[in-house]
Amino acid sequence: MSSNDAVPSSTPTKTSGLHIGEPAPGVKKVDPIIVADHIKRSFGGLTAVDVEHLEIPRGAITALIGPNGAGKTTLFNLLTGFDKPDTGEWTFDGNSIAGVPAFKVARRGQVRTFQLTKALGLLTVLDNMKLGAKGQSGESLTKAIFPWFWRKEEEEIEARALDLLARFKLDAKKDDYAASLSGGQRKLLEMARALMSEPTLVMLDEPMAGVNPALTQSLLDHILNLKTEGMTVLFVEHDMHMVRHIADWVVVMAEGKVVAEGDPHEVMKNPAVIDAYLGSHHDEDLGELDPSITEAVKELADDDADEIKH
Amino acid sequence: MIDWIQLLGNSAQQILSPVTAAYALAALGLAIHFGYTGLLNFGQAGFMALGAYGYGISTLTFGFPWWAALLVGVGVSIIFALILGVPTLRLRADYLAIVTIAAAEIARLFFTTNTFVQYTGSANGLQGYKGSFEEVNPIPPGRYGFGPFTYNEYDWWVRIFGWGLVIIAALITWRLMKSPWGRVIKGIREDEDAVRALGKNVYFYKMQALVLGGVFGSLAGMVFVLPRAIVPSNFQPTLTFFIYAILLLGGAATVLGPIVGAIVFWVALSFFSGFVARAVEVGWLPFMSTVQAGQLQFILVGIVIMLLVIFRPQGMFGNKKELAFVK
Ligand SMILES: Nc1ncnc2c1ncn2[C@@H]1O[C@H](COP(=O)(O)OP(=O)(O)O)[C@@H](O)[C@H]1O
Ligand SMILES: [Mg+2]
Repeated sequence: MSSNDAVPSSTPTKTSGLHIGEPAPGVKKVDPIIVADHIKRSFGGLTAVDVEHLEIPRGAITALIGPNGAGKTTLFNLLTGFDKPDTGEWTFDGNSIAGVPAFKVARRGQVRTFQLTKALGLLTVLDNMKLGAKGQSGESLTKAIFPWFWRKEEEEIEARALDLLARFKLDAKKDDYAASLSGGQRKLLEMARALMSEPTLVMLDEPMAGVNPALTQSLLDHILNLKTEGMTVLFVEHDMHMVRHIADWVVVMAEGKVVAEGDPHEVMKNPAVIDAYLGSHHDEDLGELDPSITEAVKELADDDADEIKH
Repeated sequence: MIDWIQLLGNSAQQILSPVTAAYALAALGLAIHFGYTGLLNFGQAGFMALGAYGYGISTLTFGFPWWAALLVGVGVSIIFALILGVPTLRLRADYLAIVTIAAAEIARLFFTTNTFVQYTGSANGLQGYKGSFEEVNPIPPGRYGFGPFTYNEYDWWVRIFGWGLVIIAALITWRLMKSPWGRVIKGIREDEDAVRALGKNVYFYKMQALVLGGVFGSLAGMVFVLPRAIVPSNFQPTLTFFIYAILLLGGAATVLGPIVGAIVFWVALSFFSGFVARAVEVGWLPFMSTVQAGQLQFILVGIVIMLLVIFRPQGMFGNKKELAFVK
């Protein structure tokens, strides 16, 4: 990926001092927004997620990385109520939300996007956005029939939607079906739609995957903006350049476990991370490996080279 | 020679027929289920049967006035929708399809069985429940109208009542689908997990849609039996499939589609069956008997539906733009 030209124009301000003590898997955070304990989820014989302890720092951008199949998406599903763990307890904003259904989790301000984009194809872009707004009285069956109950609210929601669409450069498409958007535009729409609910924590599952490099730039800027506006971001990403550039904290997963945590520059040097990406293929020739793994390892190496240049 | 005037007149009568109104109402209910929410209800005939029997039994067995009997029919269909929805709406879409088709058959067989013959009339069905509805007819006795549309006071009353319900149901549907509630419903059709992730109680919305469309179905059942008797064999699964045919003909996610679809369906069917029957009589189709001619119309319905799905999948009123993105 030609990630160098996609790096944000301005150097993002990093948030530091997030953790207490030595960075290690499960390290305590100064002000955690999510605290999870003993989260385990197996599919048949396969343990997809087995996280002892994890804290996500508030007001920062945390990247969740790890090779394919590490359990990142499954962990997202568990934390957001889309899947149920075998065991585990976790809190959001100090309140336990284990076992709380997905829609209630979202209502509390923890909003997610999906790895496979879920644009609502046969709704217009504007309707996609309006759907994101919380607490609409016109969404009640009895009030819906009488527009005077919700017309004013609808106008406010529309104004907010148009404003967000303009920021995401989708305003020209507002009356088109979401199905007509490109893959990258759909990712932008899904993110903008999530913001309509005015969340406190935004969880993005591979927001840049499949996005045209011309758009990754603006996606990155948007993620950075979320932090500026006081939101907490947790995102899954494969591209190490992106992670290093915008993340304040990195959590590395492998085979369901958190294997490392730390500052993005430090964590890449952690042998556990190299191990996670290479797994048992340590001694094999890189050329024979799965291309996604070689890619990741090359990027790790690139990062170190960049470091020296700067 | 074929009597074209009479053939065309008979076909034109279908435009105002209470049967057409009943099918339009049932199709509107199905539009809410399938067209807008994406719920695969294959048991609309069951909702119609419950409406019809709820009305008939309340009147005949319990002596309820027409409006109370109507409320019983509606109430029973709400309970039916809840029974179907509670276990299935959390599951994948196809579970609802299986459960609804089975439940509609169970309802029909329940009404057909001899065990409850004193309430249901078993296979003979029910009649003689029109009294209270007839009494409130404001139209003085006589024959009114012109040409093929000449009816007595009761026939007009049934038509006004039936089409009145269609108009009210259409207005409600139209308002709802332009509202934020309709937006949630259509979102669920597109991807329910995405809607869930935005904080909407998807299960609850699906239940509301199932109940609302089911109520339209039960009212359709009442309109269907007001001009005639209640016969259990009228509520076979083929009834549901005809209503799906009407829905696809008109456009699944539209308000006018189910109504115009029902009219076109019945006018065309009546014209075709009338034409074939007369053509056999005058010897234009020597290779065919009258009985065979009666079956031919259903073959035609099948062919028309196939052509429709191939060449105009969005139906008569569906949005052409949608077609580009059919999954
Ligand atoms: N619904 C499921 N059924 C069975 N196995 C699953 C399911 N979801 C995920 N898995 C398995 O769990 C592991 C973790 O998957 P996932 O969380 O998608 O990984 P990641 O997002 O890190 O690439 C993988 O081995 C995957 O095959
Ligand atoms: Mg994943």
